[in-house]
Amino acid sequence: MQIFRTLLLRLATTAVTLVGAAVIVFFVIRVVPGNPIAMMLPPGATEDDIRRLTALYGFDKSIPEQFVIWAGGVLSGDFGMSITARQPVLDLVLGRLPATLELSLMALVIAVFIGGVSALTGTRERGTRIEAAIDVSNGMALSVPDFLWGLILVLVFGVAFPIFHISGRITPSLDLPFATNFYLIESVIRLRFDLWLDLVSHMLLPALALAIPLAAIISQLLKQSLKETMHLDYVTLSRTKGYGETHVITREALPNAILPTLTLVGVQFTFLIGGTVIIERLFSYEGLGNMAIDAVINRDLPLIQGIVLLFALIFTGVNLAVDLLYAVLNPRLRHA
Amino acid sequence: MELTRRTLLQGAAAGALLAVSGLPTLAAIDELVIAYNVNLPSWDPTVGPSAVNPTIQGLYQSVFDQFILQQPDLKPAPGILTEWGWNEDKTQVWMMVREGVTWHDGSPLTAEDVAWSLARAANPDSGNPINFIWSTLTNHRTEGNIVMADVKQFDPTIFKWMYFLTGYVMPKAYFEKVGADGFEAAPIGSGPYMVDKFERNAFVRLKAYPNYWGTKPEFETVTIKFVTDATARVAEVESGSAHVTLEMPYEEYDRLKGKLNGVAAPISDIGMIFLNDTDVMKDPNVRKAAAHAIDKQTIIDRLMSGYGVKIDTLQTPQYDAYDPSITVAYDPAKAVELLAASGYSLDKPVKFKIQTTKGFKPKDYEVIQAIVGLWRKVGIEAEIEVYEIAKHYELRAADTLAPAAFYNWGNSVGDPTTSTGFAMFGPSPHSVWDGEDLIAKIAPLWGEKDEGKRILGWQEVDRTIAEDALVIPLLQYVQPILSAKGVTVTPHASGALLPQLMKRG
Repeated sequence: MQIFRTLLLRLATTAVTLVGAAVIVFFVIRVVPGNPIAMMLPPGATEDDIRRLTALYGFDKSIPEQFVIWAGGVLSGDFGMSITARQPVLDLVLGRLPATLELSLMALVIAVFIGGVSALTGTRERGTRIEAAIDVSNGMALSVPDFLWGLILVLVFGVAFPIFHISGRITPSLDLPFATNFYLIESVIRLRFDLWLDLVSHMLLPALALAIPLAAIISQLLKQSLKETMHLDYVTLSRTKGYGETHVITREALPNAILPTLTLVGVQFTFLIGGTVIIERLFSYEGLGNMAIDAVINRDLPLIQGIVLLFALIFTGVNLAVDLLYAVLNPRLRHA
Repeated sequence: MELTRRTLLQGAAAGALLAVSGLPTLAAIDELVIAYNVNLPSWDPTVGPSAVNPTIQGLYQSVFDQFILQQPDLKPAPGILTEWGWNEDKTQVWMMVREGVTWHDGSPLTAEDVAWSLARAANPDSGNPINFIWSTLTNHRTEGNIVMADVKQFDPTIFKWMYFLTGYVMPKAYFEKVGADGFEAAPIGSGPYMVDKFERNAFVRLKAYPNYWGTKPEFETVTIKFVTDATARVAEVESGSAHVTLEMPYEEYDRLKGKLNGVAAPISDIGMIFLNDTDVMKDPNVRKAAAHAIDKQTIIDRLMSGYGVKIDTLQTPQYDAYDPSITVAYDPAKAVELLAASGYSLDKPVKFKIQTTKGFKPKDYEVIQAIVGLWRKVGIEAEIEVYEIAKHYELRAADTLAPAAFYNWGNSVGDPTTSTGFAMFGPSPHSVWDGEDLIAKIAPLWGEKDEGKRILGWQEVDRTIAEDALVIPLLQYVQPILSAKGVTVTPHASGALLPQLMKRG
């Protein structure tokens, strides 16, 4: 019952959050300087031309009127037309979403792997130079922002030792048999490991740039939780039973220590998706973030609204999923 | 972990595996890869904001033909139209359409296509932002391979617009068959390259059109990757992932131009400072002092590594109305004298705000910082405000720019109306100088039918503007292009990077 109550409550707050995000983004981007019509005015345009263009794109109405029209459209699945791409906003954002999700998930997997391994290693080797080295590495990883990691990776693995691709998502000359835009997943399903390898070769550097700071956070938090758990009685008991240190850490301590890390990973995942905006730009990756920057530069208001709303949906969705997962994994909540 | 023979071999194997995963090689350039600095949002070159974005015209010109071909030196040449002109009293225009041209789907390009393209551009509902120019022609009709139209309002630059923004020939039958959405999904033109594959925000892959009417492009396949970050573009070409790129910091260009092929040629973009006739800018002494206090050549040499051409009018040497006799000297002593005449001095400086972008054009903010430093030495205290380019457009259209505002102006047809005219004619939404004297001087030139007299008229306007310091032209930009050894790029003065102008060797 507790889980259902939590679910209903979170669904309600998610809806309110989305409405709030929609209202804020709609009004804020109309208040900040930068008028899309002024940007496309040709030299010599007259007042009539300006009026005609303004009406053509629906900006001749009052902002509340524009909001009502837009909100009505959104409720019926019509997010409007992009001013620059002249395509339905929904098609554009849904077309790019898989690329961003795959990149974010890849970054998350890398971060969890690196962070998890270093936390377990640091716990096992606590008090040694290895733990000190892990702490120093974590500090460095956290003190450098992801876009700077991106630049470093471009220079090291793109220029000095050109092993990986530094732009794009896939080699343009390849013929793609995909039915969806989830290229990475579909390449595995279709057993096209040549395409999978090409995709990974493109995605690895941007994913790594996104993953490094998150890996350090995971590593630090998990190591701290594990350390605290290692002093608990049941862990001592398992040691007295003769289990090895690796078994004690992974089988006994980890299941309890992982809960705070799980919550953090969920929260950080939303930040990670936000981080794709800069990283996708740097690596010319064809995701939502890259599109968002272009939309802002061009003051493509309908597209900005669509992207922000989708980001808000992802953020609230991920938070909801984490909360539910937490409720499922946490015995106190599960049996309440 | 110890470095053993086994781990070394494992590493080498992993490296080899990745090496075969498709990284491009420069050994044989079968497929030319260009790292381009902007995205292509939309394929229709005649509607929406993309149509008036000068930075993507090179992409359009690879696929679509303009009515009239523009050569790399900005001069017109026969293209789809082989001949063109007005009748004697300039009440009609006529255009002869090249025969034997085909669209990328194999269908013939006819005079009907040209007439339809012109009429569509003139239709206010089409979404063509330059509609007001095209609508000066009406009653488009064809006779054989001749297109004729009535002149509703004489515009001496109408044929120049035919190789400028939105001046593209579009396929009537195909467009009517597939509609705007269908065209966006599968665009066809009559240009040197056909669209093979397009991934928005990622790349466009072009294939040479075998039946192209003009010179066949040297590279059969061209991939244009949209790499908007300058650092990433440099990395692309340095690592060999791309063969050609453009618009990188001049320092990077200098670093790499020995290792790679480099070409840096002046383009039709200029840097300038708009002066708004408000506040202290109503005082001619202040304006003239501000103009004389700027050492443009030193700024170009020190800040732009010498990549720039000093200008004193809004015309570059390639433009039709360029007059080298109009100059504004760097003369700080004169600036001090002029300011003193208006009661200003180092102790009592004249104060105003100057707006600039930061990073929109090469060294824009640094140039303004240097200018503010030079102004301070003569008794001008300018406060810098950084803004986004979108805000500049909005403020300029509303005529609410600060007393001084840095901007770059492009004019790839080189006509004085599209530089001095639109930038300085008060009623234009792009002008912030509203002086009646200047409006009266410029107004008759819009419809001047005698070309010689028209150009002379614009030169006189430029002289007045320079003498009264109504705007401060600064420099003509130089576009740096880097290419792999083995690829030669012919730069186009419009700034368009055209794959059809690239050769092996």
